[in-house]
Amino acid sequence: MLRLSAIGVVILAVIGCFAYVGGWLTPGRLTPARFVDKFEQVFGLHPGFRRNHAKGVCIAGYFDGNGRAVRLSRTDIFNAVHVPVIGRFSLAGGDPYAADGPGAVRGMGLSFSLPDGEEWRTAMVDLPVFTVRTAQGFYEQLAASQPDPATGQPDPARLKAFLAAHPETARAMGIIKSQPFSSGFANATFNSLDAFRFVNAAGMPTPVRWSMVPVQPFQPEPAAGAQPQDKNYLFDAVITAIERGPLQWHLIVTVGQPSDPTNDATIPWPANRERIDAGTLTINHVGGEAPGNCRDINFDPLVLPSGIARSDDPLLSPRSAVYSRSFTRRAGEQKQPSAVRVPDTGGGS
Amino acid sequence: MARQRQFTVLSRVLHWTMAVLVVAMLLIGVGMVASLGNYHLLVSIHKPLGILILILVAIRLVNRLLNPAPPLPDHMPAWQRLAAKGSHVALYLLMFALPLVGWAMLSAADYPIVLYGSLHLPAILPHDAMLYAGLRKTHTVLAFLLFATFIAHLGAALLHALIHRDGVFDSMAPWKARTTDAVTERVRN
Repeated sequence: MLRLSAIGVVILAVIGCFAYVGGWLTPGRLTPARFVDKFEQVFGLHPGFRRNHAKGVCIAGYFDGNGRAVRLSRTDIFNAVHVPVIGRFSLAGGDPYAADGPGAVRGMGLSFSLPDGEEWRTAMVDLPVFTVRTAQGFYEQLAASQPDPATGQPDPARLKAFLAAHPETARAMGIIKSQPFSSGFANATFNSLDAFRFVNAAGMPTPVRWSMVPVQPFQPEPAAGAQPQDKNYLFDAVITAIERGPLQWHLIVTVGQPSDPTNDATIPWPANRERIDAGTLTINHVGGEAPGNCRDINFDPLVLPSGIARSDDPLLSPRSAVYSRSFTRRAGEQKQPSAVRVPDTGGGS
Repeated sequence: MARQRQFTVLSRVLHWTMAVLVVAMLLIGVGMVASLGNYHLLVSIHKPLGILILILVAIRLVNRLLNPAPPLPDHMPAWQRLAAKGSHVALYLLMFALPLVGWAMLSAADYPIVLYGSLHLPAILPHDAMLYAGLRKTHTVLAFLLFATFIAHLGAALLHALIHRDGVFDSMAPWKARTTDAVTERVRN
């Protein structure tokens, strides 16, 4: 009887251990699933769409490395090679039918395909710094922005309480507001925000951040109220521009010093850091989201080739986890057409 | 020696190595999908470990065909023999199916299947989101089935080791079984 009980205890302990690791015993723990649930609560459930950056359009082109970043990273992308790229322009937020407007954060997701089958994926936005340092902070910010069912608007008191508890967010908002946004996707600078590590052929790591800096000249965003009233004016403008001719960005790598924080995306690095122009991105195709194109790609920022590695930035692993969960949910759902329509000119990919 | 009482050394090494790997794999699997901060680290272990298990189970199947299991005790009821046979077939099938479904689902999702550094596997299915979604669910269902089969296997092994003490556990024990007639005697009686 004693032995039988011992067997029972062992079996229950094993099951209990699995249940604990799987999060079933701690319903309050923040998990990828609960994170994605929050997006669905705040923005509504839109089956088939990304839970964040839901509104978007597919782009494609190529990247030409110039060899200048090879001393920092051994990835072939930075050699003088020509690599096919597919990507996506998007608006931040989980509403696929959101109206384009001033202050809407814009995203650029890219996937570089190396000849040997490796890939580099990056998801950038046109903010100079990120608004939160951790996944927990992002979750709280998201929760604070949830519309009050009574008014349909976020509760200002909750937002205020969030900012009071997160001085780093208040500081980051100050930096973001001090710089004008560009007038469109084509002339926007897209930033990695998170820090990464480049690792060269000798195995030496270097902390870096990167940006896609447009060749197209900067124009400031029109003041609120002065922008076009069309719901898709930002997307329509970039679609028209690409159909007229290729758009280009320089991949600018900012080289961090040991004193620069790699674990805090809310803090800018000093302006005098070395910046390397590692190559040129050319976008010459645009197409509506469709089966098998950018719609069905998860621009997971931790899909990295050998020579680019994650840093200790606490946002990176949670981003990978939550993007993956969002991708898994939407992959199995019936797809709806995107609000962004691309005239059929034979382009796209 | 009238009959073989223990699995061969190679069989036992494979069994216990894989026991550790498979249990670790199940833990990492449930842990990573519920984890934010450790997600990437755990996924980076999960993928190469899955492929290692796939290679080991292939070696093990060949070994099992070449070196059959020692016979079960004569007095064991038919239903127990059937349960033993069935659960072992299930374990083999699941140990093959889980890494293959994992590989297939990453292919359908168009994720690069990175093992370590620049070492990666080719896609074995075309990029198809719906196919990915179905395989992803299958991966979870099979993992729970493997966990349930593992629990049954563990329970039965402990029953044989502590209650029946009929030599069945000793046949796969990581140590050399007591070769004397003590075990054989108990089996016979």
